[in-house]
Amino acid sequence: MSVLILIDHADGHIKKSSFEALTYGADLAKQLGTTAAGLLLGTVNDDLPALGKYGITTVQHVNNESLNNLDAQVYAKTIAEAVTATGADVIVISHNQTGKAVAPRLSARLKAGLVAGAIALPDTSNGFVVKKTVFSGKAFANIGITSAVKIISLNPNSYKTVAGEGTAEVKELAVTVDAPKVKITNVNKVKGEVPLTEAEVVVSGGRGLKGPENWGMIEDLAHVLHAATACSRPVADTHWRPHHEHVGQTGIQIAPNLYIAIGISGAIQHLAGVNRSKTIVVINKDAEAPFFKAADYGIVGDAFEVVPKLTEEIKKLKGV
Amino acid sequence: MKILVCISKVPDTTSKISFKDGNKKFEEAGVQWIINPYDEWYALVRAIELKEKDPSTIVHLITVGGADTEPIIRKALALGGDEAIRVNAVSDDSFYVAAQIAEIARQGSYDLVFTGKETIDYNASSIGGMVSELLDAPYISLATKFELDGTTATITREIEGGEETAEVSLPVVVSCAKGVAEQRIPNMRGIMAARTRPLKIVEPAAIETLTQVASYELPPAKAGVKLVAADNVAELVRLLHEEAKAI
Repeated sequence: MSVLILIDHADGHIKKSSFEALTYGADLAKQLGTTAAGLLLGTVNDDLPALGKYGITTVQHVNNESLNNLDAQVYAKTIAEAVTATGADVIVISHNQTGKAVAPRLSARLKAGLVAGAIALPDTSNGFVVKKTVFSGKAFANIGITSAVKIISLNPNSYKTVAGEGTAEVKELAVTVDAPKVKITNVNKVKGEVPLTEAEVVVSGGRGLKGPENWGMIEDLAHVLHAATACSRPVADTHWRPHHEHVGQTGIQIAPNLYIAIGISGAIQHLAGVNRSKTIVVINKDAEAPFFKAADYGIVGDAFEVVPKLTEEIKKLKGV
Repeated sequence: MKILVCISKVPDTTSKISFKDGNKKFEEAGVQWIINPYDEWYALVRAIELKEKDPSTIVHLITVGGADTEPIIRKALALGGDEAIRVNAVSDDSFYVAAQIAEIARQGSYDLVFTGKETIDYNASSIGGMVSELLDAPYISLATKFELDGTTATITREIEGGEETAEVSLPVVVSCAKGVAEQRIPNMRGIMAARTRPLKIVEPAAIETLTQVASYELPPAKAGVKLVAADNVAELVRLLHEEAKAI
């Protein structure tokens, strides 16, 4: 019995959401009185023994470059072999783009119950019950896993990373890796920006900004906060901003520590994508904008005056 | 070319969510039901577009649910599709539902299985992946573009901070997100035609469940917004720093 955590990576680096998953998995192992190991498929440039600081004892490494591209079919089979080889009975994966592709496949392969989008450690006092968000963030469900092997996919930004002391032992894991059937032909990625799903702070603009030429002040504010930028659906639909910045029900769902919505009225479809944010700030000149009802802090005012001032005040606070 | 489109019945986005029986059951009273938007706008419409391009294409819809899902599946048929299948079972276990769909998909030898990227009720994003594993077929999740050339699909999918394009041979299972197609409104001819299209009812296969809902809960109510005057932005920064500890 042990906990196995998938270490997800892109461009040679381990994703922030995997540090959360490692911390979660290590805490879960402690709760169950067992040990936790990371599982790395593919190759990274990061220091693997240092991952011990998140509480894992071992990194199981399938050192095969073909795994640097995601083919969910190959991933599920490889992870299943690692589960057999290590005797793991709880598998933790981030509920990000990789996890959404891989965790359900693994669940079907191993006949292991999956809670997708978990936000807390399981309650193991009576069974194995995991809390997750449902109804697009409007409620939670506590779901019991009844199978012997269990899979949890953890919502990004819902479990705090804790780094302590410790070194993990890296073990090469010899498992067969199938040739991928999915051939990646093109990758189109914005370089050097914080990915939206991993960002702790997100600054988002809506139609109230009147046009794409006014996004400079959004980017300035995002810059001082080390934040990712996002937008509402109409902004993406009119191509003021790229589609991968669209947050909301049909766009990306996020749960940052701080979400600053500027010139966004707060339609229910938009809220469905951001209502898991810990703190929501709304800046809108319309005092009747429905978003104020879902906000923690608000300013009723002209974004073109308020946002540059906000950037200046944050610069003062940070001493830059 | 045979396409199977998975359709789920969900509460309308604007529904008030509440629970009953000691928070063990979803309160269905007063809820408007709709086709899961991702299933309808993207998966189903893309399948219909493929049929419009190649009329020999066969599009079947499938849902796993009780008789009360039939109005939803008729609504879906009004948009298009040759036939619908309802597996007569009610379950909130993703594996159980996926295994029923995989059973039908296997029997029907479909070249393509489309799902929405997730349902707006359970938000698990699980059915497509599970079906693909049970069919031992490749899976592309969170697709934003889908093109077909003979038996090769070229699919663009979401990745963190961008997208990537992949090529794969059929059969393949695809979960569809925004971008794959544009929402359509059914016309009167479609609504009339939907009434006469076959809706087959199939009894479920014997499948185990792997999870069960223990209870639901609602998030604690927000304390209410703290408004700061527009000429006092410094106060907002102070609150975010000292009170919310968000910056």
